[in-house]
Amino acid sequence: MNLESIPLQAFLIVSSALFCIGIWGLLNSRNAVRVLMSIELMLNAVNINLMTFSSYIDNNLIQGQVFTIFVITVAAAEAAVGLAILLSLYRNRVTVDMESFNLLKW
Amino acid sequence: MSIAITTQFICFTVLSLVVIIGALGVVLLESIVYSAFLLGGVFMSVAGLYLLLNASFVAAAQVLVYVGAVNVLIIFAIMLVNKKEDLKPINNIKSRRVISTSICLTLLSLLIRVDLTNVWSLSSPQNSIGEESTIRIGEHLFSDYLLPFEVASVLLLMAMIGAIVLARRDVMSKDISTGLPVDQELIEKSSEPLLTNKN
Repeated sequence: MNLESIPLQAFLIVSSALFCIGIWGLLNSRNAVRVLMSIELMLNAVNINLMTFSSYIDNNLIQGQVFTIFVITVAAAEAAVGLAILLSLYRNRVTVDMESFNLLKW
Repeated sequence: MSIAITTQFICFTVLSLVVIIGALGVVLLESIVYSAFLLGGVFMSVAGLYLLLNASFVAAAQVLVYVGAVNVLIIFAIMLVNKKEDLKPINNIKSRRVISTSICLTLLSLLIRVDLTNVWSLSSPQNSIGEESTIRIGEHLFSDYLLPFEVASVLLLMAMIGAIVLARRDVMSKDISTGLPVDQELIEKSSEPLLTNKN
């Protein structure tokens, strides 16, 4: 191969695949902890996208990296609150099965 | 980046394979504990991809926050709620699987088509600022991104207080609604569920 760097599209394809795997896990998991893990996977896919465009297109003002820092911050806060909600749910219903959390069903 | 291009390609291929296969393992494996440890591997590989993109500071932040905090938090949550339970079979799970898988595959093909057909206006990779990126991030955080930076600190404080309030155990001796004495034992012990399943 005679390229001078890794093509931008390669990073984008990896990020797309990671995002779709995250969506699949979000839709199909029955364990609530696994749902939270899928959300983390999707956030990481978005971060790879931001970092790729920041490195290839916005090379001098790296604003994508600053956005990634903020996304990492929000993801940490989301994980903490999500797992606290999960513990509280587990205390009430003694299960982590997503199918049994039907309190909001109408 | 001063690494030769062949080495970069090899690193990128290995890291991408670890990311994709690890993510598949996270969503597909039966045991949730294996999923959690594979998730740590995926986070580390994503940090490696950031290093390939000349972003050492974000890679370090990724390792510290994701592997050091989020993954450990998830493992602790698994330890607290890990109970073997027989999941109730749900009807029409086959059609649900088929529909969700086809939606995901359609979205993936759409995204890959956009990635490959769009013409990206790339800047020349020669003027990469490389190791100076940490300085540039600091300048951004304290000049034009100052307001989001301060809001993020308030958000972290709110998340901390909210997590404490939500996950705290009740220390009242009597239940407010029923008047019965509250079970102060470990939550792993069998207690009557407050909300019974209506089905």
